[in-house]
Amino acid sequence: MTEPLVQARQLTKHYVLRGGLFSRRQVIRALHWVDLTVYPGETFGVVGESGCGKTTLGRCLLRLVEPTFGEVLFRGEDLLRLDRETLRQRRRYFQMVFQNPYLSLDPRMNVLHLVGEPLVTHTDLRGQALADRVVMLLERVGLSADHLYRYPHEFSGGQLQRIAIARALALNPLFVVLDEPTSALDVSVQAQILNLLKELQAELGLTYLFISHDLSVVQHVSDRIAVMYLGRVVEVSTTERIFYDARHPYTQALVSSTPIPDPQARRARVILQGSVPSPLNPPPGCSFHPRCAQALPLCATEEPRWVDVGDGHLVACHRVSG
Amino acid sequence: MKEPLISVRDLRVHFRTYAGVVHALNGVSFDLYPGEILGLVGETGCGKSVTGLALLGLVPPPGEVVGGEIRYRGQNLLSLPPAQWQALRGGKIAMIFQDPAAALNPVFTVGEQMELVIRRHRRMGRDAARRQAAEVLRSVGMPEPERILETYPHELSGGMQQRVMIAMALSCGAEVLVADEPTTALDVTIQAQILDLLVDLKRTRGLSILLITHNLGVVAETCDRVAVLYAGFIVEMGPTGAIFQAVKHPYTQGLLAAIPRPSRRGNPLQAIPGTVPDGLQPPPGCLFHPRCPFAWDRCRQERPALLEVADGHQVACHLYGGEAAR
Repeated sequence: MTEPLVQARQLTKHYVLRGGLFSRRQVIRALHWVDLTVYPGETFGVVGESGCGKTTLGRCLLRLVEPTFGEVLFRGEDLLRLDRETLRQRRRYFQMVFQNPYLSLDPRMNVLHLVGEPLVTHTDLRGQALADRVVMLLERVGLSADHLYRYPHEFSGGQLQRIAIARALALNPLFVVLDEPTSALDVSVQAQILNLLKELQAELGLTYLFISHDLSVVQHVSDRIAVMYLGRVVEVSTTERIFYDARHPYTQALVSSTPIPDPQARRARVILQGSVPSPLNPPPGCSFHPRCAQALPLCATEEPRWVDVGDGHLVACHRVSG
Repeated sequence: MKEPLISVRDLRVHFRTYAGVVHALNGVSFDLYPGEILGLVGETGCGKSVTGLALLGLVPPPGEVVGGEIRYRGQNLLSLPPAQWQALRGGKIAMIFQDPAAALNPVFTVGEQMELVIRRHRRMGRDAARRQAAEVLRSVGMPEPERILETYPHELSGGMQQRVMIAMALSCGAEVLVADEPTTALDVTIQAQILDLLVDLKRTRGLSILLITHNLGVVAETCDRVAVLYAGFIVEMGPTGAIFQAVKHPYTQGLLAAIPRPSRRGNPLQAIPGTVPDGLQPPPGCLFHPRCPFAWDRCRQERPALLEVADGHQVACHLYGGEAAR
């Protein structure tokens, strides 16, 4: 088995809402006890509905937010224990592309400045050598030297996302977290960006953590998928298994609620009742049990353990036994 | 053939801006029949929302309807006195929006807002209006409607808020519902609930729905017919099955090919080259020709008309119909 590139162990992020005059202190469990392993060269998809902790997971893995508890091993080294300077040096190996390029790119910086910034921070490249390197990166993402001195407002959403990708790739990272990279784009442009990401991965041997709420996109790009619900990972498996042999009732419902662009693809839909409970006071036991059609009495009291149903297909559900 | 409930002909909407006149709608024509869901699809800026707003006379300034007709039961809404149109708006023709949290007033309870709408359109006392509100809420699948009436919008989830919006739209006997991206802000499991509700309302009440969306999956699962909008012009329209199985227009083909699907895993997706044309200076001829892989001389000069190529299936493209086929 190959060595894992990134491993999260019991990764937990709780946000504390300070109590005010009329309210008591409350804790939001944004991420709770998450274990996962990402191998080199794969695309690891993370899906779930809004508020399930997908983005928090991505940010905790890169230590962009400080986890409350747990470990993040990057090539065996715990990122959460590194001092400031060592962490700064390690950051060149892991990068992030955000959902909304209109917000993630500084409107007052031109493309040379935006894409060159990580190079200035981490390398000795300056002047013409820096500009040459930036042009090379731009060409790699389908832009050109003509764009060097332009500002973000002069670009379309798709072009901006290309710039954000060039910026993330500037330091030849090993691991890139893509947080909903195409959610702000139209389908025809989304297709361009997804193709680009695939090409770059093949060319540069990148490892992706691909976060999205859109199952069809995750299915297209991912090798393995983790499904999240209320701050927890409920199922992890290969893309095929998640879509055709899901064991967790939530995964089954999520897959069957995704509209298929084919009017003849009629299928049995599992429509969930109710909506996602607040992470402020998640239900006891399995957090999915109030919406689960197959819930057992046990589900309301005890948190399910991880069960490996074969070949690394992990499920956290009382209904599933090994 | 049934009479259309809404009949739009050659609708043109311009926005006068400092940079010039933006051509948002360049002659849109379609019919909405009783008891059908017509999908209006297209990418950002194609004019989907403006079309929906125009049906209610709500095109925001500096936009204005500069030409065409919108007929409701034969009556041209554009020539109606404002008061008469206002009576229809929110009554027989209602609209729901993408973000229900923004459409509901945060400082009034659901009950107060619903009563207001009902009493605006019907002669009714407060108690009767409240009973009516509770009844409509129940009919859209809200548990405990009396309790919901007492809540403020922020106490409800996004899916519940959208149900309140739908209930409000139906509370005065709407025949036509314009739904502008009603599920885009919602999670997929909630989206499935709302789409099911819309289909159910079509079946049980014979409601006609203009469903505006960018999601072709949503269209495939809910719509009876589809109109594809590109740069303020309908390029293809027909029964949902025909659009997905016998797609004609190169733009629609491109849109369908760009969606990730299980069968295409591992292969590159097909992207449409270029970008949507500038509304300030639309290209001459067919609006899609600069991005079209099949464009020829005629496409650069002459704008194709929407012609019927099969039963109920219309396409605006020089590749089809008439002498162009040769």
